[in-house]
Amino acid sequence: MPPSPSRSRTWPTVFLFLAPAIALLLLIYGYPIARSLGLSLMTQNLGTQLEPQFSGLGNYGRMVGDGRFWHTLGNTAVFTIAAVTIELVLGLAIALLLHRKFWGRGLVRTIAILPWALPTAVMAVGWAWIFNDQYGVVNDLLQRLHLISGPINWLGDPALAMVSLIVADVWKTTPFVSVLLLAGLQSIPDDLYEAHAIDGATPWQSFWAITLPLLMPQLAIAVLFRFAQSFGVFDLVQVMTGGGPAGSTETVSLYIYATVMRYLDFGYGAALTVVTFLLLVATVAIAIALLGRRGLRQL
Amino acid sequence: MTSPPPSPALRSPLPSPPPRRSPAIAFTLAIALLVIFCLAPVLWQLITSIKVNADIETIPNIYWPSRQTLSHYAELFVRRPFFNYLFNSGFVAIASTALCLAIGTPAAYSLARQPIPGRSLILGLILIVTLFPYILLFLGLLELARAFGLGNNYLALIVPYTAINLPLTILVMRSFFQQLPRDLEDAAQMDGYSTGQMLLNILLPLTLPALVTTGILTFIFSWNEFLFALTFMTEESLKTIPVATAQLSGASQFETPYGPLAAATVVGTIPLVMLVLFFQRKIVQGLTAGAVKG
Repeated sequence: MPPSPSRSRTWPTVFLFLAPAIALLLLIYGYPIARSLGLSLMTQNLGTQLEPQFSGLGNYGRMVGDGRFWHTLGNTAVFTIAAVTIELVLGLAIALLLHRKFWGRGLVRTIAILPWALPTAVMAVGWAWIFNDQYGVVNDLLQRLHLISGPINWLGDPALAMVSLIVADVWKTTPFVSVLLLAGLQSIPDDLYEAHAIDGATPWQSFWAITLPLLMPQLAIAVLFRFAQSFGVFDLVQVMTGGGPAGSTETVSLYIYATVMRYLDFGYGAALTVVTFLLLVATVAIAIALLGRRGLRQL
Repeated sequence: MTSPPPSPALRSPLPSPPPRRSPAIAFTLAIALLVIFCLAPVLWQLITSIKVNADIETIPNIYWPSRQTLSHYAELFVRRPFFNYLFNSGFVAIASTALCLAIGTPAAYSLARQPIPGRSLILGLILIVTLFPYILLFLGLLELARAFGLGNNYLALIVPYTAINLPLTILVMRSFFQQLPRDLEDAAQMDGYSTGQMLLNILLPLTLPALVTTGILTFIFSWNEFLFALTFMTEESLKTIPVATAQLSGASQFETPYGPLAAATVVGTIPLVMLVLFFQRKIVQGLTAGAVKG
């Protein structure tokens, strides 16, 4: 490839073009992570009059014995695994559904995007209303269908509150997943299906033999993004249940938020942040390793 | 075991068979269910927002209210500063969108066309950074905001929002730049344009569709953001819509204002509904270009 004629005056331009973006990214992403690392080695809370005191790995030691931390970690894990699994399966089904031409497809796609586009915090208020124990629609419909005899206190029951959260999250993010997967589906050439059909395969067999393997990169990306987002879920839980009842839906992000804002325990909050970050990095690394080199190349 | 896809040489010379169609009824039913699934919660908020208080608290629920009222909406704008909330959300969203495009587009061009050492590393980091949950940034940004005295200052939101949307903007715009024919740039350089002038005068008009796409995505994100808005904007008149709506729920001690709450939900989501209605295709393009192509 012949060298670009602008190479000689490239460097000042590169700096001008690229530097602001890199600087801003470093400031907003790099600094907080680095700072949390440093702060996690300090104790800075009401006990120290909000002055930082070096305490080494003290915060991390405290975390090991912190029951509430492990509880929130468990809640986060339950939420993440349940939500992501359901969204993936449902998202794939919807993508397959939208992958054929039919009248009004554009409109349906528009409607499918809507849940994703609406503010999570605002819809969380709506969902709390839907799952309201006295006047909620869910109770009303279930009772009309004679599936339950009396109203259920969804947000007041530890297990059911989690279910409500998962339902709300599935509603919001399944469209996002289906859009990603639809793009992947549309990139699979039709010839493959035709040839497979000529060989006598049913659509069901084509799905497992052609669709799923070729969709792997998109599926992997969807899982990765969704996992990271679910792991850090804040808006939905904070507004819909506030972590209740009695902390049974408190996720890690809520715990970090409370530690910093309510308990003013900055050192410990930093340590929690670091551990969350490391857990996320570890999971992503494992996922990428499982994805394999072939998958990465397609990324 | 999957068989390898047939090479073009072995492709059947016969005309392709008609695509298999599942029974039309099952398909239509599935589509209908999908539409209901997506719209139901939103519609329920809409219905609730125009019911009179007595009807809202009627069991079993009324799905088709015989009497309607706009009093809940009136309360939002008269007794609560909802105009302020709308302005705050809008201003922050537009400002961060503009800033993000202004900073991200040159960066995207640079990463698309100019030789940069460590380009793959930079792109890799930019991609990885999109996976960060915002709670990880929360503590650090809180400190920064306090250090610079940016509490209850629009900048406390505009700057982080810009940064958070930079990765997607850069990735989408970069892939767009890569698809432009190089002849255009070579011709421009031979005509004596500097890179900056070329970008501004020649390439930018061509990238308008991509700019609109990323702009919309940035706007949606900024409008919907909650964590930082909750933390940094505590003054009532400076709150953004999501925060104000969420805090409406704890307003009264003795009764939860279900009606105004529902109305707030509707008001807070209307701009986005409009955006989605008009720009659905662009939104989908942006999402898939950014996430799929990486």
